[in-house]
Formats: sequence, C-alpha cells, structure tokens
Amino acid sequence: MSAVPDAYPQLTPADGERHVDSGLGWPQVPEASAVEPAPEATQPEEVPAEEVGPEEAPPVGEASGAGRRRLSAAGAVIGLLVGLLGFALVVQLRSNTGDAQLQNTRPEDLVRILSDLNAREERLRSEIGNLQLTRSQLASGAQGREAALAEARRRADELGILAGTLPAVGEGLRIQLVPDRDDPIKAATVLDAVEELRGAGAEAMQITGNNGASVRIVASTYFVDSSAGLTVDGTTLTAPYTITVIGPAQTMSTALTIPGGVADAVQRDGGNVIVDNSGEVHVDALHSSSPLRWAQPVS
Amino acid sequence: MIAVLFLVVGIGLGVWLEPTVPLALQPYLPIAVVAALDAVFGGVRAKLDGVFDDKQFVISFISNVLVAAFIVYLGDQLGVGGQLSTGVVVVLGVRIFGNVAAIRRHLFRA
Repeated sequence: MSAVPDAYPQLTPADGERHVDSGLGWPQVPEASAVEPAPEATQPEEVPAEEVGPEEAPPVGEASGAGRRRLSAAGAVIGLLVGLLGFALVVQLRSNTGDAQLQNTRPEDLVRILSDLNAREERLRSEIGNLQLTRSQLASGAQGREAALAEARRRADELGILAGTLPAVGEGLRIQLVPDRDDPIKAATVLDAVEELRGAGAEAMQITGNNGASVRIVASTYFVDSSAGLTVDGTTLTAPYTITVIGPAQTMSTALTIPGGVADAVQRDGGNVIVDNSGEVHVDALHSSSPLRWAQPVS
Repeated sequence: MIAVLFLVVGIGLGVWLEPTVPLALQPYLPIAVVAALDAVFGGVRAKLDGVFDDKQFVISFISNVLVAAFIVYLGDQLGVGGQLSTGVVVVLGVRIFGNVAAIRRHLFRA
C-alpha cells in the first residue's frame, strides 16, 4: 500500500480503499464502491480483474514541492501521450480516406469493380481513338483546303497574267521598233513581231508608244494603221514603239533576227530594230477583261 | 485540461503537417491508435472514479500501444496478421465500450 512514495498525493482515495488493477491499465475501485450497484450483464468492464500487489495502489501522503514537480512532469508526459494520440489519430484518418474502402471489400465486389474499371478504360480508349481520328481528319481537311486554296491562287495568278489582268515581272526583252523618217512601221509588221515572239514562248507583252501610251497585248488585241501611227486596242501610239516582252530572251531575240524575219522586214523599210536584252523587265499595262457573254465553263 | 489541450494541439499538428504514414508502420498505427484510445477512455473513467494515477496511466498507455502493435506484428509473422488485428480491435473495442459505459454512468447517472 505504501510502497510507492508520496508522489501522487491528490490521487489518494478519500477512503483509502485498495485498488484493483483491472488489467485495463488503470486502477479500478472494488466492486463494493461501484457507482452502479446493479451492473448490466453485458458490461464488459466486469471481466475478472487480476489482483495485484499493494504496490499498485496510490500512496498516502501530503503534498510536497517535489511531489508537485513530479506531478507536473507526469502531466506533461500524459499531455504528450494524448497529443501523440491525437496526432496519430488524425494521421491514420487522413491516410485512410483514400482507397482504403477497397481493403474491406469482398473479393466478388473487387472483381466487379475491376471489371467495371476495365470496361470503363476500354470505353475511354475507344473514345480516345475516335477523337484522334476526328482530329487527324480535321487537320488533314484543313491542310487539303489550304493546299487547294494555294493552288487556286496560283492558277488565278497564272491566268491573270495570261489574260493580261495582272502585272507581271520576269526575264525578257525590250524591243524598240524605230521607223524610217518617211516610212512608218505598218501594223502588219508589229503583228508579225508579236506573233514571232509568241511563237518563241513569250508569256506577257505590252507595247508602248512614244507618246507614253501602253497597251497590254493579249489574245484579242488588234493592230490598225492610223494617221498618227498605230492604233492598238483603240489606243493610239506613236512611233517609235517599244515592245516589252517576258519570256525566254535568247530564243525570242533569235526569232526576231532570223533572216526574213521581223528585223529584216523593218530594216528593208529603212527602219531599225533595237533588241535590249536587259534582264528583268516589267509588264504593268493591264487589259480590262469584259465578262464572257457566250462561253461557259464546261464543268 | 492540459491533456485536452495537448489533444487539440496534436490533432492540429496532424491536420497541419499532413504527414504520410511510413509503410513499415501502416499495419500497426491503427491498432496503436485504438489501444491508446482505450487507455485514454480508461484514464477518463478512472478520473471520474477518483482513482486516476498518472504513473499508471502513462505506463498503461505505452504498454497498451506496444502490446497491441506487438500482437499485430506477431500475427503478421505468423501469417494471421489480419485476424489477429481484428481480434485486438474487438478486445479493445469491448473495453472501450465498457469504459464509456462507466463514464456514462458517472456523467448521466444512467
């Protein structure tokens, strides 16, 4: 009863009764002093308790300074333990909130859950495949549209140059037809020159008169002699005339100067043909195309 | 009062730090927590009975935790860890129920 020194004076029961260790880790008052005289049959704390020696009983004694200090130390230890308990409790609760329910699930349920997940995965996979297919289709569609647009734009440019509705630049010649003083260059000669150049591969042409007027030469361009000089597509040009032509320069200059060709014809009339092979030339006179009235595209 | 304060502090620490349980401790922590809960309820009951003993509480707390963890460990080694854990939890649960019943009788006289 008094084996333990007076470290816990306050805990001494008033009546000094002996305590019985119930095996639960704390002193338990004997049955005689139980609060409830008629315990229920199912009370679990009524399990038989081992009797222990008297050294387990709280001591009797008066409060001293040392006792108080040890008491506060014990309180600190208790607080520490209880704090640890709270900490561990929270940690355990936290760590258990995840998929811990699966731990307690029956195997059949687990199998069902697994197959559910597998089916779901399958579904999602097929969805991914479909979406990727759609994406690639859309991407290729966009690419195709872009390519078609670029092609159409290129064709429109080509056709515009051929039809004379777009200015053009490129390698070519600048040909000056200088007439004799009293023998003007005839329209037929100019037409010959144009035909010769076309035959040599000219792609864009314009004719400029000395008066500064320029006319784009296209398929429907006509040349008429007039009193002032030459009328081309309704525009009057004065000699000397300059034909600016884009095409293979070497071939065209050869074509002009072949014996019996344009240069010969002009020189026979006392005129002169000056071929200026100066590299890049600009053909910027435009032909205003009128809408087609009769012809329709086939397709 | 100090104990309650420390409990709150411990819970706050757990919430604040959000630690993860080490893998080696995972099977033992729940059992240890239940054992410690048992000790705490026993301590409360002893307090109400007026027979609370610091030393006994501390020793019972620690030994409860250690014994519970040891039993689970032993069960793991023997290959019956799950069943033994269940058994420990049942026993501790029964004791907690008993303690709570005693506390209830103290507090509500019913």
